[in-house]
Amino acid sequence: MSESAATPTPAVATELRAARSHLGRRLLKNPTGLTALLVLVVMILLAVFADFLAPMDPNKANIQDVLAPAGGAHPLGADSAGRDVLSRLLFATRFSIAGALWAVLIAAVIGVTSGLIAGYYQKWFESVSVWVISIIQALPGIVVLLAARAVVGPSIWLIMAVFGVILSPAFYRLTYTAVVGVRNELFVDAARVAGVGDASIIGRHILSVVRAPIIIQAALLAGIGIAVQAGLDFLGLGDTNVPTWGQMLSDAFSRMYQQPVLLVWPSLAIALTSVALVLFGNALRDELERAAGKPKKRRRGAAAYTPDASGPAPVVHAEERDDARPVLLEVNDLVVGYDQPDGTVKQVVNGVSLKVRKGEVHGLIGESGSGKTQTAWSILRLLPGGGRIVAGTVLFDGKDLAHLSEKEMTKIRGRRIAYIPQEPMSNLDPSFTIGSQLVEPMTVTLGISKAEAKKRALALLGRVGLPDPQKTFDSYPHEVSGGQAQRVLIAGAVSCEADLIIADEPTTALDVTVQAEILDLLRELQNDLHVSVLIVTHNFGVVADLCDRVSVMQHGRIVETGPARSIFAGPRHPYTKSLFDAILEDGAARGPLAHSADRHTLTEESAR
Amino acid sequence: MLRFILRRLLAGVILLFVVSSVAFLLLYLGAGDIARQILGVSATEEQVAQKTAQLGLDQPLIPRYFDWLTSAVTGDFGTSWFTSQPVVAAITSRLAVTLSLVIGTTILTAVVGTALGVWAARKRGAADRTVQIVSVLGFAIPGFLIAIFLVNVFALNLKWFKPTGFVQLGVSFPGWLSTVTLPIIALAIGAIAAIAAQIRGSVIDTMRQDWVRTLRSRGLSENRVLYKHVLRNAGGPALAVLAVQFVGLLGGAIIVEQIFAIPGLGPVATTSTAQGDVPLVMGLVVVTASIVVIVNIVIEILHGFLNPKARIS
Repeated sequence: MSESAATPTPAVATELRAARSHLGRRLLKNPTGLTALLVLVVMILLAVFADFLAPMDPNKANIQDVLAPAGGAHPLGADSAGRDVLSRLLFATRFSIAGALWAVLIAAVIGVTSGLIAGYYQKWFESVSVWVISIIQALPGIVVLLAARAVVGPSIWLIMAVFGVILSPAFYRLTYTAVVGVRNELFVDAARVAGVGDASIIGRHILSVVRAPIIIQAALLAGIGIAVQAGLDFLGLGDTNVPTWGQMLSDAFSRMYQQPVLLVWPSLAIALTSVALVLFGNALRDELERAAGKPKKRRRGAAAYTPDASGPAPVVHAEERDDARPVLLEVNDLVVGYDQPDGTVKQVVNGVSLKVRKGEVHGLIGESGSGKTQTAWSILRLLPGGGRIVAGTVLFDGKDLAHLSEKEMTKIRGRRIAYIPQEPMSNLDPSFTIGSQLVEPMTVTLGISKAEAKKRALALLGRVGLPDPQKTFDSYPHEVSGGQAQRVLIAGAVSCEADLIIADEPTTALDVTVQAEILDLLRELQNDLHVSVLIVTHNFGVVADLCDRVSVMQHGRIVETGPARSIFAGPRHPYTKSLFDAILEDGAARGPLAHSADRHTLTEESAR
Repeated sequence: MLRFILRRLLAGVILLFVVSSVAFLLLYLGAGDIARQILGVSATEEQVAQKTAQLGLDQPLIPRYFDWLTSAVTGDFGTSWFTSQPVVAAITSRLAVTLSLVIGTTILTAVVGTALGVWAARKRGAADRTVQIVSVLGFAIPGFLIAIFLVNVFALNLKWFKPTGFVQLGVSFPGWLSTVTLPIIALAIGAIAAIAAQIRGSVIDTMRQDWVRTLRSRGLSENRVLYKHVLRNAGGPALAVLAVQFVGLLGGAIIVEQIFAIPGLGPVATTSTAQGDVPLVMGLVVVTASIVVIVNIVIEILHGFLNPKARIS
């Protein structure tokens, strides 16, 4: 509902407002919305023209016609007092709908006004509103209405006015959130600086933002209003001289054993109207969200690229010496794609091949969006929703991970291939202690007891340089720093004695000093455990520090690969050279580089 | 923890005080000639005046309010004007019935709503659409309409259940279950729709979190991560919805009890408000508001249990 928060610039906001003004037209093209709207229009027409359509006086009782079956003078039969059901139904439509609309109108006037005042001026008005709302919501609506009934009597209008007050917080909240969101936006500031008065700002900028959400809310609340009004009349608390659906239902219910068909008409009317109101509100909301989403989608669409997989072969540096170490991971012609809503597949990795030998540290380097992280995730088979390996093989220890069942893959993860993520703070489950998140995988993958796993976890926490392992073990993720969290994640990655660790930019999110410590830790652990590491990075410093071998990635494919020393000594591909140039200019390379500036690149964020 | 509960209880007591004050003022200002209503049209003016004095209605409003408040604090809410039964007795004998209905509904709602929500979030596609359609219908169609439908189909036509009547939970559990099955289903459908929609949304959002990938990279199966980790994180927002639903069910039970002739608070609430039996209405207001306060505190404690960041040390 607070889609206004997603309108950062006046340009986008203008676009959004333009999109909104077409909302009505688009709603008519939405089949659900159109049907719901038609039902509602018919209901309202019946209500308005009840006087002309009804064959009889809805309250005229006729003892001879009590419970008369349908047909003859009574097309839908007569009720327990011999009143004509069709006439009552038509007038009931009028009063039931009017009652609900009356409650919604009262709620909207109170809620929107107070929401505008509280949101725009805030201060004391806001705290008073919060208190009033909590008082209103301290009781179930029906109980308040029953108490109100004891005070105001059976009048449908007074009762529904009270119900309007009960409903008003919904409008208040909606308006308040929207106003606070819009209030601090640039175009409102600009309007204020330009000398536009408060009233004018509210009218032009704020009401136009909240208009559609208010209509949606009104539709949903009108449905609740109809239900509650019918409920009160069903209990026999309403004015018996005013025919409503609830009155009819109550009468029919009392004669359920003799003439159950009487229940059908009021039930149908209530159900049809309520469902139409909800569907109308939902359709409007869907169209609104689609309107708000459109500019974003267009931007994303422009960033997408799908180069063909048959690009030029990478520059391969000769081995300095014959590497006798066996190959542990061999990726061949890996293609990773994301299924699009229109049925196409957007490729983000276009035929990557690389080898990681036992005990080797292999750096995968390239700018943001070059497909490094996607390659790493596809080796673990943990691509986000919609992403999949389109082609290629991932041979690990003789098995093709690309074609392994999910069950077998679960056995590989953790135990054989471990993972160190990029952003430490978002990679720990906030609801569990750090200790339990270390213990659980060990008991599952290694099959050891909890006590044994705890002993190992504490030792590991000490090993990764945490000063007080027990304290960290008992902490929740939000209680530790980013550097500590990354040490915890490294401990987790080595806890199940994997053969290969995939580290996805393990230092990017950290302070410079902490970065160096984490790199030292990784080097030490690698030396001690002789584990293979595939490290994804955009930082040549990391490569120089850790890696035996480097693969340079650009636009989803490897452009140059070979021993780190050889590539440092003589980069051959123009892209690799530009990466080096970037280091000379301002240290670490980040963001699009000279040679790719003319090409739209997929940012890593949008690929997620 | 204790301090947190005490602070919430204090806020609840203040809220109860304000709510009861507002209700008292409105009820007495709005009530007409109560003594005349009780005694009927045939009573003489003298009798009416005597009754008015007997009820203390000739006293000014403020001292009367303080009388009511001081007795209420000691648990004495006076006696019903129409039946002369003590208010506390009239309510407590029926509160258990309504609570057994509402709590039963809440449990069913939590279980079925969560299951449906997880199912929709996991399977998407047809399962997702089914749950969404059920959600729309459940949200839109009032519970008492569903109740009438259920009575017609399952009690009158199929005769699987008795259309009316009630067996106390303490007397016989199967008996209780057979009399509350239809009312609970009628009440639960709307609440289930709300919970399922909430769970579906928050499970989908939580599954996108980075830590889900990391936990899976440690060798935990998708189901284990889903049921142990994702659901716990998604449960917080769903609990808030459950609290709102509970309050709504308390109101919904009043109407549904009428349909199934269940001797809960519903019939008392209906007759006392129609008659203008102010002491009884005041008692009902205080009791339901207290239940709402307690439920909100319980939900907050549960929320703290699920989410350590929300925990108050």
